[in-house]
Order: sequence, then C-alpha cells, then structure tokens
Amino acid sequence: MTNVLSASPRAALWISFRQSPLAIVATGLVLTFLLCAFLAPWLATQNPFDPINLELMNSFLPPAWTTEGSSTFILGTDDQGRDMWSAILYGSRISLTVGLSAVAFSATLGITVGLIAGYAGGWAETLLMRLADVQLTIPALLIALMVDGLSRAVLSPEAHDGIALYMLIFAIGIADWPQYARVVRSATLVQKQSGYVAQAKLSGASSVAIVFGHILPNVMTSVLVLATLGLALAIIAEATLSFLGVGMPPTTPSLGTLIRIGNDYLFSGEWWITLFPSLALVMLALSVNLLGDWLRDALNPRLR
Amino acid sequence: MTMRFITLVFVLMSVFGSTVLAENTVRWSAQGDAITLDPHAQNEGMTLATAKQIYEPLVHRDETMALQPGLALSWGLTADPTVWEFVLRQGVTFHDGRLFTADDVVFSFTRALMPTSDLKDIIGTVREAVAVDDFTVRITTEGPNPILPQQITDIYIMSRGWAEENNVTGPQDVASGEETYAVRHTNGTGPFILNLREPDVRTVLTKNPQWWGLQEDEPHNVDRIIFTPVSNAATRVAALLSGELDFVLDTPVQDLARIRRTPGLAVQSTPEVRAIFMGLDTGRVELRSSNIKGKNPFSDLRVRQAMNMAVDRNAIVQRIMRGVAEPAGMLLSPGIGGYTEEIDALPKLDPAAARALLADAGYAGGFSVTLDCTNDRYMNDEAICQAVVGMLARIGITVRLDAKTKVLHFPKIQNNESDFYLLGWGSGTMDSHYHLDFLAMPDRAWNRTGLHDPELFTMIDDIAIETDLVKRDEMINTAWLRLKAAEVYVPLHHQGLAWTMKDRLSLPIQPDNQPQFRLARVAE
Repeated sequence: MTNVLSASPRAALWISFRQSPLAIVATGLVLTFLLCAFLAPWLATQNPFDPINLELMNSFLPPAWTTEGSSTFILGTDDQGRDMWSAILYGSRISLTVGLSAVAFSATLGITVGLIAGYAGGWAETLLMRLADVQLTIPALLIALMVDGLSRAVLSPEAHDGIALYMLIFAIGIADWPQYARVVRSATLVQKQSGYVAQAKLSGASSVAIVFGHILPNVMTSVLVLATLGLALAIIAEATLSFLGVGMPPTTPSLGTLIRIGNDYLFSGEWWITLFPSLALVMLALSVNLLGDWLRDALNPRLR
Repeated sequence: MTMRFITLVFVLMSVFGSTVLAENTVRWSAQGDAITLDPHAQNEGMTLATAKQIYEPLVHRDETMALQPGLALSWGLTADPTVWEFVLRQGVTFHDGRLFTADDVVFSFTRALMPTSDLKDIIGTVREAVAVDDFTVRITTEGPNPILPQQITDIYIMSRGWAEENNVTGPQDVASGEETYAVRHTNGTGPFILNLREPDVRTVLTKNPQWWGLQEDEPHNVDRIIFTPVSNAATRVAALLSGELDFVLDTPVQDLARIRRTPGLAVQSTPEVRAIFMGLDTGRVELRSSNIKGKNPFSDLRVRQAMNMAVDRNAIVQRIMRGVAEPAGMLLSPGIGGYTEEIDALPKLDPAAARALLADAGYAGGFSVTLDCTNDRYMNDEAICQAVVGMLARIGITVRLDAKTKVLHFPKIQNNESDFYLLGWGSGTMDSHYHLDFLAMPDRAWNRTGLHDPELFTMIDDIAIETDLVKRDEMINTAWLRLKAAEVYVPLHHQGLAWTMKDRLSLPIQPDNQPQFRLARVAE
C-alpha cells in the first residue's frame, strides 16, 4: 500500500491494475472483442452482410459439434444461411462502433456543456443545467426511439438505410449527455476555485485557454469512469433498439438483430441462433462494465 | 351478524357463481389486426375476417367454401339473364335493434360500389340493386353474370339508417388515411357484437343473442371472443403453449411440430387458396428506387424473365416455409377454377442463364431497386423477402429490402408508390376472374405492374359476361397463359395454412384463412 501512495497517479493505476485479476480478465476480454471486431473480415468465414454469400439451403444448420452440424459453420447458421460465427464478428463490430461513437458523441457534448456551465455560471449555467434536468426525466431508450421514429418519418427509406448507423449513434448518444454535463460541471466548480486557475487568470490567459487547457485535463478522470460505464450501456441500448426492430436493418444484423431473429426459433429448437449472439453480448457488456467498475474504484482516492 | 352473513354469501356467490355460469370465451391471436372495421373499405384478409364475425353477406361460405344462405334465403336468375333475384331472411335485426330489410341491401351494394370502396372491382359487373318489396332484391348486372352469388360473399350488409345517422354512407378512404365513425364502430346483423375496439391492442366481441343462426341445428356456443394481435411469432406461440390463447391463426411453421407434441393443443392444416408473389412496376419510365436513370429495367421482358429464373422457389418452400407451401408458377392456387398444373409449372431455375439474359438486356453490371415487403401479414414474409434479396444478388441485382407493417405497406401499393412489392392474393369468389381482374387489369388499386396488353384486358372483360361455361374456361386458360408470358409477376408459392388451437375448441379451418366463429364450438 505504501508504494501506491508514494507513486505517481499513473503508476498507482498500473499497480492497482496488476493487483486486480478481475480487471486483467475484463481488459483481456475487451481487447479480444476489439481485435475480433477489427479483424472481422479476416477472421470470418463469410461476409454475412453481402446477400450474395448466403445460401438458403444452408439455413438452420446446428453448430459443428452436433451430429447434423457442418464443419464449415462452426456455430451453425441462421434462417437465411448466415454463418453465426461470422455474423457475431460483424455484429460485434457494429455494437462496438455504435457504442464507442455514441459515447464519444455524448461525452463531447456533455463535457462542453458542463465546462461552459461550470465556468461561466449565471444564466448560461441555469439554462444548460435545467435543460439537462429536463432531459434526464425522459428515459434514454424513449429518446432513442423518438429520434429513430422522427428520422424515419422525415427521410425516405433509401436515405434512412444509408445513414441507419449514424442515426443509431446519434439516437443513443443524445440521450446520455446530461450525465457528463452534470459531473463535469461540478468538477469544474471545484477546479475554478483552485490556485492554478487564479494563477492562469492573473497571467492573462483567455477563458477558452483556461477552460480547455487547464480545467479540462483535471476533470477528465471522472469522465473516463463515466465513459467506460456508458460504453456498456450504449452497447446494450443498441442491442435493445435492434431487438425491437428499429436499429440496424435485417440485412446488416448487429448482435441485437441476431438475437431478435433467433428469438423466433427458440420454441422450434434452433437455440444456437439466439444463444451465441446473446453470449457475445453478455460477455462484451460485462467485461466493459467490470473494467468501468475497477476504474471507478481505482481512481477514487477515498477507496485507496 | 346477519349483515356479515349476507356479505359472505355475496362473496361466495361472486366467486363460485362465475365458475358455474362460466362463459365460453375464445382468446385468439394473429400477427396483424384488421386495418379498419368499415366492411367495404379494405379488401384484406384480417379486415374481412373481422368484419365476417360482425356483419353478414347475402350469401355465406361454409368451411369447404361452398355457398350457403346468409341474409338471403334463396337466389336465382330471373328470365332476364342479367337480373338476379334474392329472397331475404325475415325478422333479422341489426345489433342496434333496427329491422333488416331490402333497403339495407340496396344501400350496402351502392356503398360497396362507391369509388372509395375497395370491393368495387369484385362486383364491378353490378349495375344496380333494386328492392322489389321489403324482402326481395333484384341485382342487375352489365351483361349476364353467371357467378354473381360467388362474388358477393364478401359484400357485407350495413344498416342504411345507422349509416346515415352516423354520416358513414360512403366507405372510408384508407389509402389517404381518412378516419370515420365506421372505422371503430359497427352495426351488423352477424353472430357477434363489437364490445371493445382498441386497434392493434384488443378487440372484444360478444355473442349476439338475437342472431337468427342460433335457432338452427348445432349453433355456436361462444359467448365472447377476445382478439389480441401479437406481431412477434415466438410470443404468439408462447401464449398458446402457456394457455393464454385458445387459437392462433398464423402459427409459425417451424413451431408446428412442437405444438403437435403438446397435450391439449391441436393443429389443423389445409392448403390455403393464396398465392404469394412479387409485382414489378413495368409501366413507369424510370424506377423511383433504382440507380438506373432514364429507363426502367423492369420494362424489359428479359429482365423479368431473368428474375423469375433466379428465384429458387423450392428452397424457400423447404427452408423458410418448412414444406407448408407449394412452389408456384402462377398466381392462382389449386382449388380455384382455372388452375392447371401446366400453367403452374415453375420457371426453370438457372442463375447463369438469368445473368446472361440481364447482360443481353444491357444490365451486365446489374442494377439496384427497393423491394417493399410486409413483416406482419404472410407466413414468414420478411424471411422470404430476405431470401429473395440474396437470390437476386446472385444475378447482379442489388435489392434494398424495406420490410414494414402491412398498415404502411398496403397503402404504398395502393397509392402506386412501389417499384417492386410483395403481395399475397387469396380468392374472394373462388373464380379466376377475381384474380385476373384485380391483378392484371390496368388501374386496379392492387395491380401496380403497369401491364399494358389491351387484348388481354378485353379478354378479361369478356370473361366477366361469358355465360357459356366451356367457352369461359377456355378464355380463362388463354388469359392466364398470356399473363404468365408477360412475366410482370414473380410467383413464389401457394401458402399452406396451419391453425393451432386448444383441442377443446372446435373451429373448422377455412381455405381462405378466415375463421368463422359462428361455426365454432367449445367443449363444456
């Protein structure tokens, strides 16, 4: 413990990481997922998003190790003859893309709002924070559904499919920014009183330079924790929307879409269509969550 | 003390009384709801199936699709072959107590012939309906029409007084999104009365104690029908397995084996008189959803032939329909007059030749188009469309799939906004003319192929008035061959039907997939 206290914050984090087997496993899993998603075109045996590769006569094949299984399709196939292994790889690609982008989007928005509100104070603060409060009263999923519904009403189906991924990122991201705004605002209020800010003011630095150059780096720790936990939530939100049929179109299934398709075949015994994507989703969300939990504890000085 | 005793008696009565005087309730489900309760506004399966319980036609069909007296006791041609006479049932009342008379029949036929009626083409030959006296109606047709009674089994009779009172003398215009009183309120003469209507949530019907059919042999014994649409197939099956539902209309084919094995549940199946197919808009200069500008790939016969050759119907039937369907080469299903196995022969499956045909037509690089598809109307409709997307991709046609609920899909067809659409067609009349008229004639709301063949159109018009049945059959055969050769449709399969229900419910399966609860019996 003594070396934790005496070490630099970064080194302390590293020591805490090495001492937590859970964190190591979680990080390993997250990295594996990221790697799999990145290398999907090379790891997959087919491109499940290209209908030309799907052979209907290969549909509903069970996993390779069962008696009727085929060695070509390790985890079996779905109702269109899609290889489940490839579909999961490409599906997690979508899940991670949407999750990471949505978090980046809401974090950027939330941090900016939080910094402005915290530093400027006055009517800007009141306006921005009340806006955040109002949005917090509406469940995130409802906002996402509303954004999706609006975009479908306004855009032609052709246009909507083209930007389905971006709409999903926007719909999930827009729901989450108040979290970041509130945390950043309170951290900013604390930092604003500290000596280095007064010093910077005295030396004539502009407000923008103070906010982004001095305060921002000091509030990032708390944002990091929020973002990691938010990533898990965003991944689940994407799966939920796709499960409800308002996410990715069925021809480019994400994990949630695959689970929805498989759900139709649970009673008839084709369990693999829904089980494997579900397992992948659970593992992905769980490992990201564990990582976030560890990060929160490790960065909280009171828990050391 | 006495007060407490009386309370106790009341409580016990309400607990046990309800079981002693148990109502026979049938809870059923299908993937989609009726689009409207206006009986003339939409020629669509679930809509007619719902209207059927509340309203009645002059002529009913039984479970074998044979004609049966409905509100008319008897009918026949008069000396003039263009005039049919119907003798009406007396003493029938509407649900609101009004007496049913010939005037209501005249009103209903006039209403069903109005421009906003979706049934007007079925009875397109009807010139007018006239009341001879209170219980006799004469219907005059344009030229002789030997099959008029077959054509009016979906023409439901409404009360003139009620319609005038509620300002619904004309049918609702569904395609434009109109809302009228008749959309959520009903007043028929049928075996069941509308008790509660929450579109897409729940529709409750209760027994009409005044219904004339209750006086006949073995009447139905259903007191209450609760319909709950459940769009998710797995949820529907779960509800049947858990006992929450008594009857599921469109059970997913993959779950039939499981349900057969479950004690207390029964499966009934029959070939349905319904073909599932895709229509191609060949008429317009340029497809709205295609990357090809300035010309319409579908207007080239070779492209249509290629598409017909690219679709593996056997694979769809085996894998997606699990054998509960027959691959189709024509739009008419077996069992309807005019069907022949020769015309129903499948186009040759040959993707390589199809690709060559496309190249021949100048589309060697393929083209893109959007396929409009339902996801809550036909058995496994979305999966079928997805499979077709893959099959067409193999010959170079990039199809973007737009699968959505029928409430959005059907108006898109009717408003002529679709380039390429999935559709199923059953038979309201069990006669070929119904199909030919709706699916080949120009400017019919359900034909968006833009087919232009004046000779065929004249032929179809002639079929409507031909009284020589041998000659008529020949004309029908020629017309079908001609329509098939035009290849403006890609027929997929003849849908099979499987109804699943608790075995204590007896409800005859109907080849038109429209349950008639007036024929139902619940075992006590």
